[in-house]
Amino acid sequence: MSIVEKIDVVTKLSKADFASDQEVRWCPGCGDYAILAGIQKVLPELNTPKENFVFVSGIGCSSRLPYYLSTYGFHTLHGRAPTVATGIKLANPELSVWVITGDGDALSIGANHLLHLLRRNINVNILLINNRIYGLTKGQYSPTSEQGKVTKSSPLGSISGPVDPVSFALNAGATFVARAIDKDAKGLQKILKQAAEHQGASFVEIYQNCHVFNDGAFEAATARDTKDDATVQLVDGEPLVFGSKDKKAIVLDGLEAKVVSVNTESLPDNALVHTTGSDNEAYDALLSSFQHKGLPLPVGVFRQLRKPTYEQGMIEQQQSSIASQGQGNIEALLTGGSYWFHE
Amino acid sequence: MIEVSKAEATNREVLEEVTILFSGDSGDGIQLIGDRFAYSSSVKGNDISCFPDFPAEIRAPAGTTAGVSGFKLCFSSEPILTPGDHLDAMVAMNPAALKQNISELSDNGILIINSDSFKEKDCVKAGYQENPLKTGELDRFRLVEIPLTQLTLDALSSLNLPRKKALLCKNMLSLGVVCWLYERPIEELENWLDAKFGKQHLLSEANKKALHSGYNYADTIELFDAGFRVPKANLPKGRYRHITGNEALALGAVVASIKCKRELFFASYPITPSSDVLHSLARYKNFGVKTFQSEDEISAMGAVVGASFAGNLALTSTSGPGLDLKQEMLGLAVMAELPAVVFNIQRAGPSTGMPTKTEQTDLLAALYGRHGECEVPVLAPSTPADCFTMAIEAFRIAVTYMTPVIVLSDGYLANSAEPWQIPTDEDIDGFSVANLPAQSDGALFQRCPNTLARSWVLPGQKGLEHRLGGLERDYDKGAISYDPDNHFKMVLTRKEKIKRISQDISPISADEYSGADVLVVAWGSTHGALHTAVQQLKSEGYAIDHLHLRNLNPLPEGLGDCLRRYRKVLVAELNLGQLNSVLKNHWSIETEVLQKVSGMPFKIDEVYQHCKQLLTDNSQ
Ligand code: SF4
Repeated sequence: MSIVEKIDVVTKLSKADFASDQEVRWCPGCGDYAILAGIQKVLPELNTPKENFVFVSGIGCSSRLPYYLSTYGFHTLHGRAPTVATGIKLANPELSVWVITGDGDALSIGANHLLHLLRRNINVNILLINNRIYGLTKGQYSPTSEQGKVTKSSPLGSISGPVDPVSFALNAGATFVARAIDKDAKGLQKILKQAAEHQGASFVEIYQNCHVFNDGAFEAATARDTKDDATVQLVDGEPLVFGSKDKKAIVLDGLEAKVVSVNTESLPDNALVHTTGSDNEAYDALLSSFQHKGLPLPVGVFRQLRKPTYEQGMIEQQQSSIASQGQGNIEALLTGGSYWFHE
Repeated sequence: MIEVSKAEATNREVLEEVTILFSGDSGDGIQLIGDRFAYSSSVKGNDISCFPDFPAEIRAPAGTTAGVSGFKLCFSSEPILTPGDHLDAMVAMNPAALKQNISELSDNGILIINSDSFKEKDCVKAGYQENPLKTGELDRFRLVEIPLTQLTLDALSSLNLPRKKALLCKNMLSLGVVCWLYERPIEELENWLDAKFGKQHLLSEANKKALHSGYNYADTIELFDAGFRVPKANLPKGRYRHITGNEALALGAVVASIKCKRELFFASYPITPSSDVLHSLARYKNFGVKTFQSEDEISAMGAVVGASFAGNLALTSTSGPGLDLKQEMLGLAVMAELPAVVFNIQRAGPSTGMPTKTEQTDLLAALYGRHGECEVPVLAPSTPADCFTMAIEAFRIAVTYMTPVIVLSDGYLANSAEPWQIPTDEDIDGFSVANLPAQSDGALFQRCPNTLARSWVLPGQKGLEHRLGGLERDYDKGAISYDPDNHFKMVLTRKEKIKRISQDISPISADEYSGADVLVVAWGSTHGALHTAVQQLKSEGYAIDHLHLRNLNPLPEGLGDCLRRYRKVLVAELNLGQLNSVLKNHWSIETEVLQKVSGMPFKIDEVYQHCKQLLTDNSQ
């Protein structure tokens, strides 16, 4: 099939084309439904033939997602999805490879693999669906649960503090890092599309409400009456302003970020202007620590940088080896090095 | 350039074969000279077999027995399979090397030592109470004391090298001496040094000078009563190269990929003694090979499973604890029915064990080391060159039956080199990916009626989108299934699929194994020592056969009948009897076990004695 024909087919796809024949088995009301719908909505817009999508997951509630998509899918092992996705992408760089993972899957058992996929900048899209709890095993604390979390496995409260997925990804050197929220369908779709189009490893943390074991974990950021004051939308080149009635801005005071009210049109000189393209780690650290410091939760794209991908490097090395040594064949392979004749 | 005395020593004694050990500190360059002397011997037309033995530490404390590195080489005018048990000659660069190895040197054997490194403190470091050069304990050998250190410094004095650099050349001086002793042309070694050091002319010059000095020294001061000559071996005519087991595995994998027209994807995490497979394959990018050094053992196997799903010929290599970490992903590959190959280079365990030492203790882990009913085919090459053949065979089985396959090599095969007659493209049997993609959704999970393999449908193929996973799936449709009967059926199907491979491998020949007093059954790297011992007993008139298995799962057809034709079955392995337990489990037969778990290969003599005892007991 020629490329032209392929594109023709692609443009005709719709959301329904990406629904599989499997019955969706999440608890009714689970945030995962909205995320699945968001993905199904975005895939037809990506100008990619349906057969080129591969969704890879680990273990957990969210990792069931590939079964509900009618693309190629691989439900792998707990924490290991990044490794399998790496193999798929390196074996066939033409494919659009996605990792569906959860907070336990990605940051507990699989944190090492996630770290390395991100730092290698393999062109894979990672959706970390964070509900801050273990759902599939019925409610133990996860590595993103807040300290002191009372669960079945921590009746007196969890002892350790959480890891922040966005900070983790930023520090791992990911070239695309974003945060989205299950209940904000529009925002989610926009970010998914940007992640898919980014060349390199894309990391999206998606807040997801598990109303069975951890209901209301993201209440402030999602409830109609609080969300505008509790979150700040990240827009490249725009100042960090937020607030429902009173407009507020975030300013830099020494090494600290602070909220100030702005009543006029003009912003203070020290107002922070968001940029996704800076390689400034201090800014990344500041931004990703807002919610731990009583500042609003940043939602949107934290970072987007253009850097060579791993698979590009791999292909270039192959090509340069062929250019300098010629395409290998069995004779050249087996006689390579030194040999002699036994008369 | 120094003039080499070309005056041929007239009185060269002709020997059938020689076993020599180069030994010294792990920083002395022992492996380098051993390896090169082996190559020179091959080029001269001898058959060779060698055993490099070195410590795991890159630099264990200098001068201690823990840091001794040895390279044992047998070169022969007859075809040989092992480096032999006893040494005819030995080079010991220091007292520790002497202490470690002297028990292997035959009486009247040649013992070349660096007399400059036998000061009192050197001897104490090696654990000698008294200087062995003074106690008379070396009188039964032909002791040749050479002040190697001083000679090297003298030989290189004109080059103004720093003392440390100059001293590094003393291995070459000792090699020069040995070259004289066994009539090796020095020109070939010069060319090698030039190529090795490339633009570093000074180093190349220094090494060549040391080499010459050693050669001339042996010649002019008539260090030895006589030199020796080992005539050419009667090997088939043709092109040869040296090959180690690890190189052979790497070459086999690349050939498999060229033959079946699938790109080779290799993911691995460095671990001794398997890392050379990674090093070799990383150089073959122009053959379409992709190598990926993963963050850990698990990731390597995960990437292999992913690459296989996407249609590459997928391979990993590992050793020791690495095999444990592969097991989880092997289970997924079994469940998803994806082809993949694991080269497991066994080493002494458990846990970190003795990383550079050899053992055959992973057989049961390879067969049974995963949870659930989770069989995989297991193959075992028996010589370094056989690693080439078995690597291709592993891929053939993997893609024909859509299954992961484990190849069990070991530290001994991995590092020892042997001459290998280089096959041509036509000599090597190819294989193709026979199972064509299914044409419609319904047929996606249909199985080939002969092999029971499912189709290898790849992402990117239009209209065949499907989901794989570790969850049990429906026999027909491939969807998740918790149905009890379906699970039972799937378990039996997966087992049957592996069993059917036995129709596709050579059966045990009833003519060749028609029965006798004793049958020695074994697998893997022990082939050389066992075969040599059994041949010796046969030539003495004993009724004994040797059966060496290369397929450990499934076992070849005719094996059970074969075992029953012998009065005694001796299972010889470098473990406590793992193959033995498998055989007994299959056929409830009486067996004897020859165990060895010392990190060292079998000696011919220990096998010979054990078998002889058994044969004598039998006849009573
Ligand atoms: S347990 Fe929670 S995360 Fe899992 S399906 Fe139910 S609501 Fe969703």
